[in-house]
Amino acid sequence: MAPPPEPRRPYKRPAISDQQRRRELALQAQSARRADAQARARALASSLLTTPTPPAVTHCHEEEHAEEEQEQEHTVADVAAAASKLRGSDARRWFARQIMLPEWMVDAPPHLASDWHVFARPSGKRCLVVSSNGITISRVRNGSILHRFPSALPNGSKRDISGPASSYSILDCIFHEPDQTYYIIDMICWRGYSLYDCTAEFRFFWVNSKLTETSAGDPPSANHRYRFSAVPIYECTLEGLQAAYSGSTPYVKDGLLFYNKHAHYQAGITPLTLAWKDETCSQYVIDTDGKGEVPNEQHLVLELQEEGKLVTSDDPPVVFGSLDNEFIQKSNLRTGNLLRFAVRDESVRLVDGKMQTGELQLVGKPNRARAFADSHSKALFQYAARHAPLRIDDLIASIQSNNMELESTDVEMQD
Amino acid sequence: MSLDVTQVLLSAQSADGAIRKHAEESLKQFQEQNLPGFLLSLSSELANEEKPEESRRLAGLILKNALDAKEQHRKNELFQRWLALDAGAKQQIKGLLLQTLTSPVASARSTASQVIAKVAGIEIPQKQWPELIGSLLSSIHQVQPNVKQATLETLGYLCEEVSPDAVDQDQVNKILTAVVQGMNASEANSDVRLAATRALYNALGFAQVNFSNDMERDYIMRVVCEATQSPEVKIRQAAFECLVAISSTYYDKLAAYMQDIFNITAKAVRGDEESVALQAIEFWSSICDEEIDILDEYSSEFTADSDVPCYYFIKQALPALVPMLLETLLKQEEDQDLDEGAWNLAMAGGTCLGLVARTVGDDIVPLVMPFVEENITKSDWRQREAATYAFGSILEGPSADKLAPLVNVALNFMLTALTKDPSNHVKDTTAWTLGRIFEFLHGSALETPPIITAENCQQILTVLLHSMKDVPNVAEKACGALYFLAQGYVDAGSASPLSPFFQDIVQNLLMVTHREDAGESRLRTAAYETLNEVVRCSTEETAPIVMQLVPVIMMELHQTLEAEKLSTDEREKRSELQGLLCGCLQVIIQKLGGMESTKYSFLQYADQIMDLFLRVFACRNATVHEEAMLAIGALAYAAGPNFAKYMAQFYQYLEMGLQNFEEYQVCAITVGVVGDLCRALEDKILPFCDGIMTQLLKDLSSNQLHRSVKPPIFSCFGDIALAIGENFEKYLIYAMPMLQSAADLSAHTTATDDEMLDYTNQLRNGILEAYSGILQGFKSSPKTQLLMPYAPHILQFLDALYNGKDMDDTVMKTAIGVLGDLADTLGVHAGPLINQSTSSKAFLEECLASDDPLVKESADWASIAITRAASG
Repeated sequence: MAPPPEPRRPYKRPAISDQQRRRELALQAQSARRADAQARARALASSLLTTPTPPAVTHCHEEEHAEEEQEQEHTVADVAAAASKLRGSDARRWFARQIMLPEWMVDAPPHLASDWHVFARPSGKRCLVVSSNGITISRVRNGSILHRFPSALPNGSKRDISGPASSYSILDCIFHEPDQTYYIIDMICWRGYSLYDCTAEFRFFWVNSKLTETSAGDPPSANHRYRFSAVPIYECTLEGLQAAYSGSTPYVKDGLLFYNKHAHYQAGITPLTLAWKDETCSQYVIDTDGKGEVPNEQHLVLELQEEGKLVTSDDPPVVFGSLDNEFIQKSNLRTGNLLRFAVRDESVRLVDGKMQTGELQLVGKPNRARAFADSHSKALFQYAARHAPLRIDDLIASIQSNNMELESTDVEMQD
Repeated sequence: MSLDVTQVLLSAQSADGAIRKHAEESLKQFQEQNLPGFLLSLSSELANEEKPEESRRLAGLILKNALDAKEQHRKNELFQRWLALDAGAKQQIKGLLLQTLTSPVASARSTASQVIAKVAGIEIPQKQWPELIGSLLSSIHQVQPNVKQATLETLGYLCEEVSPDAVDQDQVNKILTAVVQGMNASEANSDVRLAATRALYNALGFAQVNFSNDMERDYIMRVVCEATQSPEVKIRQAAFECLVAISSTYYDKLAAYMQDIFNITAKAVRGDEESVALQAIEFWSSICDEEIDILDEYSSEFTADSDVPCYYFIKQALPALVPMLLETLLKQEEDQDLDEGAWNLAMAGGTCLGLVARTVGDDIVPLVMPFVEENITKSDWRQREAATYAFGSILEGPSADKLAPLVNVALNFMLTALTKDPSNHVKDTTAWTLGRIFEFLHGSALETPPIITAENCQQILTVLLHSMKDVPNVAEKACGALYFLAQGYVDAGSASPLSPFFQDIVQNLLMVTHREDAGESRLRTAAYETLNEVVRCSTEETAPIVMQLVPVIMMELHQTLEAEKLSTDEREKRSELQGLLCGCLQVIIQKLGGMESTKYSFLQYADQIMDLFLRVFACRNATVHEEAMLAIGALAYAAGPNFAKYMAQFYQYLEMGLQNFEEYQVCAITVGVVGDLCRALEDKILPFCDGIMTQLLKDLSSNQLHRSVKPPIFSCFGDIALAIGENFEKYLIYAMPMLQSAADLSAHTTATDDEMLDYTNQLRNGILEAYSGILQGFKSSPKTQLLMPYAPHILQFLDALYNGKDMDDTVMKTAIGVLGDLADTLGVHAGPLINQSTSSKAFLEECLASDDPLVKESADWASIAITRAASG
């Protein structure tokens, strides 16, 4: 029906309102100031341009070094871009460095109950799962592809493209073989929005709320090859710890993971996430050797570096000893090689929480799939596991003592 | 479902709120639990002849609302839901709807036709329900007039809902044939004829091909013109509405019919009922609109051409048209100035006269002046008012040379009338006319000798200030006149003749805002707006008076915050007042913060002002939000880095503004304020950037955001990058792909009309400003290399712009600047890339030779930077 006849224009009114004028003037002022700011930036640059500055002479080696530093600083955002076009082992290695890795817990940190989350780690392969452009790719810690598959994650299959197809989602998962499920232990990026700078507490909250927005939790189908599932995450109170430790899970447990609530996602090894296990919650407390047997002596995988130094994967690396030049040449070893050593228990000394080893005995090269040396905390944890392990009771006691500390603060202050 | 649908539908219309609410909830529940079942029961209800009319009508209405919504996002959702329904259920529902068209109950038929059109609007573009139009057309030859009427109505609604390109020409032809037949004078049933005429109104957009065919067009035009002579007033009105729609859609096809149309419109204006006469006038206003647009195109620098030629219909009709319009001016209603919504023959005629003046310019003056001179001194207020209104209407359009001598004579007469005329109508129109004189014939831009001189200025002011005490509608027009009087002196500097009276003017305006009756005739708004303009036009000498205004306005704002327990109505009034006060503070901040002599003493108020703004935000009202936001942008700019101390408290409101999709103006203003903050705080904005960037990126990816906000968001990326430098690194991965895809899109858009081209250029400018800011932000940073991967695309974008040939000067200036920034920031690495780019050399040369100084300046800069980059 024809619209009712309306006054076609405001009668006896100016063409634009003062409010509209204020808006327009504000916009004009803004764009003039933008031009000013731009001009200032250019003038600054201009003066640099016109006064000849000495060309930056950088030593070849320095340049490489600078580049490497830059690489270190790359954020997870770069992972997303890199993920789709990774080639070659170096690139894989670079990719692999983007995963956040726990230190091993050798001492219970203070304030477990208030500052930490805990959950039972599913047994399986740790991997980053990236969905974008209609495909989902999972890569294990050494950067190689585990699966390439369609999934119901955002832009994870050709069928589910929504928003810009290139917007990424990146999940930190453990692939659990027995039920062919990806258990999500962290979320780094969702539909192109980075959670990298968010606290663990928030990221865990997002895992749960975002997962339900998709049908990624559904059983497998043609467009969704593997099921994704969130792991139950608890506050690390007595009850939470009990639930994670002895509660039943749909997956086989492999120890517990502790996440500091306030920690951002940070590539590499961080003391703000901690791994811990004992025989109750893990089948593999003490490391096995290449044949899958528990060796008599503790083994350590270390990386050979310049001047024969043997170091851990920590940043900065911890030096555990060295090989002499002659031996290196004779054995045809190169910088960067990973080597497996046996450590004689009696030679180990703990100084200021650092492990020092006397004699290292070369056992051989580790499995080729291995991309990294052991971390210092892992060596420590393994050492402790063989001698005086940190027990669940110790963790419980730590939480209880924290509780008491809280309750008794006032009293102490009166003292 | 055991729900008694009829009963629930009746209860939902109950006078008892509780019963109604309960019923509405049951319906909602039903809808959520079983949508197909719900829609099916409603359509059965609508189709069932044994059910009461009320429940059937509501059933139809709910059906309609389940298929369409105003808000685009919701609308898409409803479309998808319908499309996803089980095919069998849809088939049944559609069958029931079509069946309802044959109902003896008129309201059921009418509701059904609207629902059918909504379904068609969803399905036809999807190539579903192809048989609908055929089946409607087959029942049009039914003998029963009620079925015929309902079918035509359905076709009309359908044309309103469906886009013309979704229906093929063969079906269009059939629809038009059926509709035009129904309109024919031979149609005995007037309901049928009315439905057909209204259907044609909607179907006109489908008739492009038919209007290009002389025979078909002649036939349609003949039938429409005949319908304007129908004995039924509703048919006549609908037929004129068709003519109005034809005048804008098929302007270039009208030449052959104009003589006839003039005759029938003149007859209607002079003798028909008002609803018909208003449409007849509207026809001429609409022709004016078309010709004003075409003539604008003719005179514009770039094209000097128009796709549609001007037929000068108005110029040709002028000798007959103007007297007809002047006659209407005498048909005023008593008290029409007191009623905001009034619209009558005199108002429509005067509005049309103003448009005619803008269309033909000088030619109108000799046709109107005798009427003015003859009537302006008559004893009947109608004649004096009509004469004044006629004079005021022609002040925009004719040249200043032509008007100045007349205005010089009229000015004194007008000033006397404004003080002495016994009629409020005449005073209202006189004050309005004075405002038009100041708006169009006063100011430094005019080349004619000034009409307002130091001598008569004082007299004018005395009269206007006096009239500001008159009844609200007259006082409001006097404020409006003062607004334009002040505006004319914006460039006058210390020579402004208003300066000696500045204090007086400000005090009088403040008094107006405090009038008991300031709520009437938007008087308070007009007074504050005029105060704003007066402040904008103030000079160094009058700055101390503006400074005294600061605590006064702050106190007013403070008082609005003290009120408690307000009713909805009172709250609305308060927020309106807060908007006015924040607007006024914004103007004051800009003025005093912009002059070195006042800036520092003004900034002593910054803490208190900011505190007030934050409290205004806490009241949460969108319009206040916008005004306070604008004001805060101004304050941030004035305060500079010191604004950082307010950020912690202010940030939440900033985020709220950026999230306001619905009121896109608020969102756009807030984006602008982010830019202000960037420039004020520079790297101190860094802690807030994660949140801001997240929000901006969300805005860009939202399909709910109004498109006009996108260009400023891109520019804002540049502002942020320039402020935080290499810290922008972490956003590159998000911002760059968005910029790239927007750049690709905007480079390859073929704008179909000016509006589209304007928008495309705004978008390009925003993208380029972002690139500029990012490139400059990374300048001299060790991380410059991070930008290298994006350089080739930026250069491709510049190539595409250069080759596209449809960028405006602003885009040209920004684009060539980006080329310079690229060379500047990437240095030797950019050299080879720029050399490889296909058109950067030609682009630069063209810009260096530009007449536009800004383009040239930008190009000079780029040239230096490129030379430097090339030489390594």
